[in-house]
Amino acid sequence: MLETQALSKRFVLHLRDGISIPVLDAVNFSVASGECVALVGPSGAGKTTLLRNLYGNYRADSGRILVRHDGAMIDIASAAPRQIVAVRAGTLGYVSQFLRVVPRVPALDIVAEAARGMTQDHARETARHLLLRLNIPARLHALPPATFSGGEQQRINLARGFIGRHPILLLDEPTASLDAANAEIVITMIAEAKAAGVAIVGIFHDANVRDRVADRVFQVLPLQDAA
Amino acid sequence: MIADDSLIAARNLSLHFGSIPALVDVSVDLWPGEVLAVVGESGSGKTTLLNVLSGRMRPDEGVVWYRDPAGSLADVHTMPAPALRALHRSDWGFVQQDPRAALRMAVTAGGNVGERLMAQGARHYGNIRAEAIDWLRQVEIDENRVDDLPRNFSGGMLQRLQIARTLVTHPRLVFMDEPTGGLDVSVQARLLDLIRSLVARLNLAAVLVTHDLSVARLLAHRIVVMQRGVAVETGLTDQVLDDPQHPYTQLLVSSVLQA
Repeated sequence: MLETQALSKRFVLHLRDGISIPVLDAVNFSVASGECVALVGPSGAGKTTLLRNLYGNYRADSGRILVRHDGAMIDIASAAPRQIVAVRAGTLGYVSQFLRVVPRVPALDIVAEAARGMTQDHARETARHLLLRLNIPARLHALPPATFSGGEQQRINLARGFIGRHPILLLDEPTASLDAANAEIVITMIAEAKAAGVAIVGIFHDANVRDRVADRVFQVLPLQDAA
Repeated sequence: MIADDSLIAARNLSLHFGSIPALVDVSVDLWPGEVLAVVGESGSGKTTLLNVLSGRMRPDEGVVWYRDPAGSLADVHTMPAPALRALHRSDWGFVQQDPRAALRMAVTAGGNVGERLMAQGARHYGNIRAEAIDWLRQVEIDENRVDDLPRNFSGGMLQRLQIARTLVTHPRLVFMDEPTGGLDVSVQARLLDLIRSLVARLNLAAVLVTHDLSVARLLAHRIVVMQRGVAVETGLTDQVLDDPQHPYTQLLVSSVLQA
């Protein structure tokens, strides 16, 4: 579903005398339909950088990032911005650690807007079910999530990520701010998505969560800094 | 090279004001339904780019192609003036930073919206009024304000009225110059939400000039970063903002205060 070929990524900090920080070097990674791969490695090794590269959020310096989209393989590393927008809309879902939304929009609308191929009523109904499943009570659905707790915001984010039923889902610490009961619900949702054939790539710091959802782990190791 | 399906294709635009370069070899494409943000500091040439793209200002060099609904390309700067005016009345809309400059302050709110329809040839008073009221509702202005003069409106209401006046003719493409500039943050948030939902629902293409990177992030698919008339970086909005490549973009992004 998704694979990288010799993916390399470095950050060049022009405001710091052009210092160059290599993070990924010739990474070959792949994930299949129905499989969950956990990215592991020490903090700062580049797990989030790899995940963001897969989403096209970070620009690759060399190598390819191939995604199966509408029956064809598209290289995210070289695709035009419009193609990446289309791949994200149709194929590639992403759940980030932090919720970033227009200030005034209610939680239910944020989730419903992320649905794909549904009527508006159906999308809102599905969003309502998802939010309730994630223990966001109905009285919060009409409120903008700016004032919600960290755990609640993360669950809004998860609902928004799962409602789209994308064939590939990228999860950045999906249970980081959640208590055990809510983490359990997310574990079940990930298992259901896998059963439905979704390819999942995730960063899970909680070893218990990781052991229960991941089919295998992929090591991301820190590179020697070479300025 | 011009893509088959682009709405606007600008090539190698240059413009000088005396010795000051306002645009230096700028090329820009826009596709139907796409929102393109033009960002940069004041004096970077972003409003000049907007004015040249929309035919309001003529470049020294370069060409702006526009694809009409029938699919044929027209050079915005060589088409006859009446044709350009007709475009601005129908296919295109322009939202200015200062709504007072766009609205007629001595004409009622409903009149301001209805006037654009009349310019397109609508003559039935009842229909025009009904459509004006419908658009006031869509921009969240109470319909009992339809006969009020805009001078009694707040800044946020004036901007929403300008948007209603712009969209009533169902343009395919809207040019926006700092549409949320000069407004209180709470009013800004409401306006952002309104613009975002209208653009998505009507499948509008838009060129949005803003100095506010968070506005660009929330509204735009793609972004162009301008510095001293040069388009120094262009790409997917979140990629440019989260992984800026050009020194000037890195400076812009790192200069934003975290709220």
